[in-house]
Amino acid sequence: MAGLNKSEFANPVINWIDTRLPIFTMMQKEYGVFPTPKNFNYFWNFGALAMVNLMIMIITGIFLAMNYQPNTQLAFDSVQHIMRDVNYGWLIRYVHQNGASMFFIVTYIHIFRGLYYGSYKTPRELLWMLGVVILILMMATAFMGYVLPWGQMSYWGATVITNLFSAFPIVGPKIVTLLWGGFSVDNPTLNRFFALHYLLPFVLVGVIFLHVAALHITGSNNPLGIDVKTPQDTLPFHPYYTVKDSVGICVYLIVFSALVFFAPNYLGDPNNFIPANPLVTPADIVPEWYFLPFYAILRSVPNKLLGVCMMFGSLLVMFVLPWLDTSRVRSARFRPIYKWFILLWVVAVVVLGVCGAHKPEGIWVILSRVSTLYYFLHFLVIMPVVGKLERPLPLPESISKPVLGGRGGGPMPAGAAAKPMEKA
Amino acid sequence: MGKLRTILAGVFAAGLLAAPVVAEEDTAMPNMKWSFDKIFGTYDLAAAQRGFEVYSNVCSNCHSMKLMHYRDLSGIGLEPEQIKAIAAGVTVPQGVDDQGAPKDGPATAASQFKSPFPNDQAARAANGGALPPDLSLIVNAREGGPNYVYGILTGFVPAPANFKMQDGMYYNKMFPGHQIGMPQPLQDGTVEYTDGTSNSLDQEAHDVVTFLSWAANPELVERKQIGVRVILFLVFMTGITYAVKRKIWSDVH
Repeated sequence: MAGLNKSEFANPVINWIDTRLPIFTMMQKEYGVFPTPKNFNYFWNFGALAMVNLMIMIITGIFLAMNYQPNTQLAFDSVQHIMRDVNYGWLIRYVHQNGASMFFIVTYIHIFRGLYYGSYKTPRELLWMLGVVILILMMATAFMGYVLPWGQMSYWGATVITNLFSAFPIVGPKIVTLLWGGFSVDNPTLNRFFALHYLLPFVLVGVIFLHVAALHITGSNNPLGIDVKTPQDTLPFHPYYTVKDSVGICVYLIVFSALVFFAPNYLGDPNNFIPANPLVTPADIVPEWYFLPFYAILRSVPNKLLGVCMMFGSLLVMFVLPWLDTSRVRSARFRPIYKWFILLWVVAVVVLGVCGAHKPEGIWVILSRVSTLYYFLHFLVIMPVVGKLERPLPLPESISKPVLGGRGGGPMPAGAAAKPMEKA
Repeated sequence: MGKLRTILAGVFAAGLLAAPVVAEEDTAMPNMKWSFDKIFGTYDLAAAQRGFEVYSNVCSNCHSMKLMHYRDLSGIGLEPEQIKAIAAGVTVPQGVDDQGAPKDGPATAASQFKSPFPNDQAARAANGGALPPDLSLIVNAREGGPNYVYGILTGFVPAPANFKMQDGMYYNKMFPGHQIGMPQPLQDGTVEYTDGTSNSLDQEAHDVVTFLSWAANPELVERKQIGVRVILFLVFMTGITYAVKRKIWSDVH
């Protein structure tokens, strides 16, 4: 369907461009007047925050790459060169380093939002699955980024994690050799990790574009988990949510700055200030905090192959979540039983994180096994069963109804009383 | 028999009481006051300069600081002339001469700190097989940071009677495993300070740790100063943005 766009912009330059390439019309439609449920709480900030965080990571990363040397002989010192000799290099690097942690904090809260309010349920299954792809890509990117400073934890973390693939029968050792580019973690490994660490963020940008595109087809979920019924249920994205997201971005930047300026190494490991040494193994090889829950799942199983499968499975199970959840009610707010199970799941993940930071002995083994069991039990058993058995609370008739309710009702919109939420 | 049982019980009880005390004394991390602690903390430059004296006179005989250059010393308040004088007193390799033979010459402000040994093997050979670690990042590279390094420097005590020491090792209550390859480097009066500060072991250790903390995090002061301004600005921005949000949302029911 060729044909010029009928642009409504008054500015002649914008109009001229928009007639031929309607990017302004598109932006106006998707971010200007885009109808957005009016009842978002601050949990709905975290998608925008993740987007801001990705931009910060890409920008700081490009400047770091200008001064970094992906060579085992030079990498460690080149990072210190950035910290000491490059103008504001310490700032760029600390922002990038702590930006990774912030990215995971923001993304984990974003995922919790989706889990609690049922944002993965029909019709948003594909949107959710793209989100899982984003999470996995993020993890791969973060892992390879952590290897680049070539400290002790970089080296040994890379060794331990890449070795996990050797658990797979037949193809395992071949995969490991391919990852290493040789027969141990060495210069070829560092080179390819650097190349991929630079590439993957742009793949992320692509998948995030699809994630947002899918979101703009289905529209956003909301804390009530019910569909938008009438235009009264929505607000234009701008200025209502641009300004609300801005408040969130300011608060997020305060937390981010507190880390960068006052505790830049708080989340790091002292061992990574020691240059990589293949002959000396650190007493504890611990991944960055954001991998600890998965690390604990891996270690909770005595069998290596099974442990690796469980670890990857803990992520892959997310793909089928929309079909494991049998409840038609989205928001846990109206699910009196499930609400406690999902909060317990969060507790299990936090406990797993703590277990991952400790040596697997004594109480930590038991705790991580119980938590791992619950992690999978929650998705594979509790979700399908509770969805069938639970009797959800009555859903509000519409998004604007509970907001107006306090003022004593007013005339009911036509047909609003007819059927409460059969689709939910 | 009854007597023996009483004695055994007594020994057991004493063991129970004593064991945690000993363990605590052995591993407790000292908790010193550092000038660079806290949000507004900065480096005590006089202490850092004294610490540099300790490093140059004592530590640098075995420990390198490869990430440091003499020019960096402006960060602890040394003047360019002082830095030039310090560098000029050090002989470092300077490429090759016209005949292609390696030559030495006086260091300049731009030179790296001179390492005591040409390579790790030479360092090990001269130190009974132990490799003295590079000190550029030592404060960041150890759990406990400055307190740990201070604890090592002041942690040389006589080994307990029943403790089995290996040859060429020294007992240190802070060091993991308590056997360290480094003999006690600092004692009361090891370094004669040019500014006349009393040179007790505590003072020397405290000064050199201040210097090493600066060496590991030379950006710390500027970082905190920028940080305070950035956060004040962001708090202000949050307030303004929240007010705008309230205003815009005031017509939403």
